[in-house]
Amino acid sequence: MTTTTGKSPREVLAAVDQPLSKAALPGWTPWALLAASVLVAVAVLLPGGTSIAAVAVLTAIVHLVLTGAVSRAKEGPRKAKDRVVTALVTIAFLLAMVPLVSVVWTVVSNGAARFDATFFTWSMQGVLGEGGGGLHAIWGTILVTLIATLISVPVGLLTAVYLVEYGGKSTLARAITFLVDVMTGIPSIVAGLFVAALFVILVGPGTKLGIMGSIALSVLMIPVVVRSTEEMLKLVPNDLREAAYALGVPKWRTIIKVVLRTSISGIATGITLAVARVAGETAPLLVTVGTTVATNFNPFEGRMATLPVYAYYSYTQPGVPPQPGIDRAWTAALVLIILVMALNLAARMISRFFSPKAGR
Amino acid sequence: MSTPTQQPTRDPGPGGRGTLATGTTRKGDAVFKGTSTGAGVLILLVLAGVAAFLIGQSIPALTASPEDLPEGQTVTAYVWPLLFGTVLAAIIALLVATPIAVGIGLFISHFAPRRAAQTLGYLVDLLAAVPSIVYGIWGAVVLSAWLVPIYQWLERNAGFLPFFDGPALPSGRTMLTAGLVLAVMILPIITALSRDVFLQTPRLHEEAALALGATRWEMIRYAVIPYGRSGVVSAAMLGLGRALGETMAVALVLSGARIITFDLIGAANPLTIAANIALAFPESSGLTTNTLIASGLALFIITFLVNFAARWIVSRSGAKA
Amino acid sequence: MNRRTFRRAAVPAALALSLGLAACSGENETTTTGGEGTSTSDLSGSIAGAGASTQTAAQQTWAAGFNAENPDVTVNYDPVGSGAGREQFLNGGVPFAGSDAYLDEEELAASEERCAGGNAIDLPVYVSPISVAYNLPGVENLQLSPTTLANIFNGTITTWNDPAITADNPGATLPDTRINPVHRSDDSGTTENFTDYLHATAPEAWTAEPDGEWPLQTGEAAQGTSGVVQAIGAGEGSIGYADESQVAASDLQAAALKVGENWVAPSAEAAATALDSSSRVEGRPEGDIAIEIDRTTTADGAYPLFIVSYAIACTAYEDATQGELVKSYLTYVTSEEGQQAAAERAGSAPISDQLREDITTSLDMIGA
Repeated sequence: MTTTTGKSPREVLAAVDQPLSKAALPGWTPWALLAASVLVAVAVLLPGGTSIAAVAVLTAIVHLVLTGAVSRAKEGPRKAKDRVVTALVTIAFLLAMVPLVSVVWTVVSNGAARFDATFFTWSMQGVLGEGGGGLHAIWGTILVTLIATLISVPVGLLTAVYLVEYGGKSTLARAITFLVDVMTGIPSIVAGLFVAALFVILVGPGTKLGIMGSIALSVLMIPVVVRSTEEMLKLVPNDLREAAYALGVPKWRTIIKVVLRTSISGIATGITLAVARVAGETAPLLVTVGTTVATNFNPFEGRMATLPVYAYYSYTQPGVPPQPGIDRAWTAALVLIILVMALNLAARMISRFFSPKAGR
Repeated sequence: MSTPTQQPTRDPGPGGRGTLATGTTRKGDAVFKGTSTGAGVLILLVLAGVAAFLIGQSIPALTASPEDLPEGQTVTAYVWPLLFGTVLAAIIALLVATPIAVGIGLFISHFAPRRAAQTLGYLVDLLAAVPSIVYGIWGAVVLSAWLVPIYQWLERNAGFLPFFDGPALPSGRTMLTAGLVLAVMILPIITALSRDVFLQTPRLHEEAALALGATRWEMIRYAVIPYGRSGVVSAAMLGLGRALGETMAVALVLSGARIITFDLIGAANPLTIAANIALAFPESSGLTTNTLIASGLALFIITFLVNFAARWIVSRSGAKA
Repeated sequence: MNRRTFRRAAVPAALALSLGLAACSGENETTTTGGEGTSTSDLSGSIAGAGASTQTAAQQTWAAGFNAENPDVTVNYDPVGSGAGREQFLNGGVPFAGSDAYLDEEELAASEERCAGGNAIDLPVYVSPISVAYNLPGVENLQLSPTTLANIFNGTITTWNDPAITADNPGATLPDTRINPVHRSDDSGTTENFTDYLHATAPEAWTAEPDGEWPLQTGEAAQGTSGVVQAIGAGEGSIGYADESQVAASDLQAAALKVGENWVAPSAEAAATALDSSSRVEGRPEGDIAIEIDRTTTADGAYPLFIVSYAIACTAYEDATQGELVKSYLTYVTSEEGQQAAAERAGSAPISDQLREDITTSLDMIGA
């Protein structure tokens, strides 16, 4: 909105009333201050020998103080406060990145040693010391998670359908909604204990089966599926339903052919995220599935190895000498991270590429 | 299935679908409605089952005489120090994570460049995608080693506080380390939820504040934070629920004892309920198993209450907004 | 992405899964199921044991070795803990158990019903020295008397240059580093043997009764043998106790203990010597070999801080084939070859020929 001829409004204003536009620091100031802070921190810490962490911490403190002081002198206290807060929240974000980077770096650098063909083609049957792999654990994780998904998806999907399409404001629907919310907060170990307690009664004490792990994971997965599906179903415009009804389509066919079909990409995203959440669970599998050294494809017979539990035992009971076991633990952790991150990525892809363009 | 003969109670439109519908479709409707209602009821049954089986398997431990139980103590005496450790670790995590999470939430919702905000949000979400077993090993190997010099410094300079009484543990695998690992784990949860509430602040409120000449911080202080306060509180409660029940990270970082102490950096550390179950359950038998299940029941009740409170706050504030 | 594509994808996926699974076992597993026919063994079937986690590495070694000799036999060992192992054995869940403690009177009585008219026997098949490991850079060949050791672990001695430690180590320069004693957080046979040793050799300094659970509230706790080793390794000034094999495989130093007037470092031979000078428990059923460890032995070169773990079997089984399998497996376990394999892989101390003879006599009772 600038005029090319005569005085611009800004010039006019400036001419009329100076104080309206207060002195402001130029845009590059925060960066300059940051550079200055780094220099100060290094200068102070270098003589005594130092670490990156110490420099970072001191830089953050110096930067906060400098920013506050410079801005206060130049722009006044209100603006100074604003700048300090900006610096603070940025530091908070950077602080959160420290563990992320450190975790990924640690796992990748330690896990790379055994990230080889043997790891993906061997189990631990008859393996002592060096070598061996996690094939049995990879299969175990796939099977246990797959069965958990097969249990959770129908139950979760149908429950969400009930809540959105049939339940309305009935007491039952309200109770289910509430308890599903509460269920999302069940500690995973408690889900494992529940299944362990259940199978003590059904089979006998000390039972450990693949299917028990699947059931335990389902307890954790169902509420996630219900919540995400429910949200998606609610997004389906009512016009679509009414149009189908007007054409004489029965309600159940409307739900399957119209409502679910419209929201399928969102539901798939939610399910993938739910799978990602349970695939990395350790505690419930530790108390229900246990571990073993050989590949076991039968979820109804005997223990099964799974990646998280395999990583746990490889780390805590690495054997003699310990290093090969610890290496396997890191590689298992790396495979697990890759698996979970891939599922998360897949979820984002599904929602990005398959979702109908909703107005938002 | 349970309601096969019921008439469709909610006719969708004034069209009078009943006249057009044939017998088969009505049957299809009934079956479909029955199945989906059944699925919902199943969830209620599962939750009831969780409670019932935990209680059922706890009873032998609760009624047994103390001599037969692990360490010759009653279940209450056995669970009490674990409960203390559980709450202590979760509170440390909460105290550390909440301010940082709120800061990140504000950073992503109001400070970061619009274009980058979503990506930065993903980065924080990635923290939630790391499996707990990985956090556990990382905490035990990397983080605890980082913290040792800090603990030694704390012991020297803040040793008058009971929390930093020391002597600082040379391996760094202490209560405070466990609490910090938990803080990292609940950070993405609290961040995501508070970011969402901050983003929902009515645009008009924000613009009104800015139009009155408020700086960005003043706008946040007077428009965003009051609006999002209850959301942040419930987010923190949900994070607390998660921290209370987190198992593997604590089990790997902290192999503590069942004691009560406020010394966060010393050698003897209270274990948490969940970690104790994970460590002891695989090699337990008989009444020990029942005692562990009883401790799991205690954990279940606590997390249930915390989550209940969190949801209640959400629903109350939701009604107001 | 609609239901039909899901359905289309699901059928072949399920098919591929069921067809493919058989071929998906690990490459190392295919050889064991083959049954090449080169073996002279006519045994076949599978047996499962359960019990002490102390024996896990050794049992895995034995299972692999036994499987190599008898390709049609699979042995599984479930490390559920000693107590759970004995329980599962007594109620017929598993044909043999591993346990850090021998059966008590009550359990022996209960075994008569389980053992089809026979009784259960304890066989000491796994012997392992326990090292006192420490992390103190620059200090090698540390020597500790039992009383000093007990005082370190009960918290009386708090720094490495304490007069008591200096007295045990004439000529050594010890730093003023704080001592951080590390113990097992879980209920373990290692802790029971360690506290038993302290209680027997330093009764004034160590008053607590021997127990699988650490009796004190002080010191750092760590889960499992490797947890203890890692905790000691992570903290300068730490000291703890763990299986000799795990300590030897780490960069930690092991202290020599005072036995009589000599200083003895932990080793398989020294533990075997100490085992030989121990006596058998009296009043046990025929064939049962329960060891009463003599912690205060002064025999030359004996290292009395060690753990004995038992294999528990029946003299008679309802299923004779099962008895046959247990018998031949345990025969392999006690054989020179089996003991040597465990010594290499699990760091145990091979049992003496005398003890092997006695165990063989006991094993001959099975099914006889």
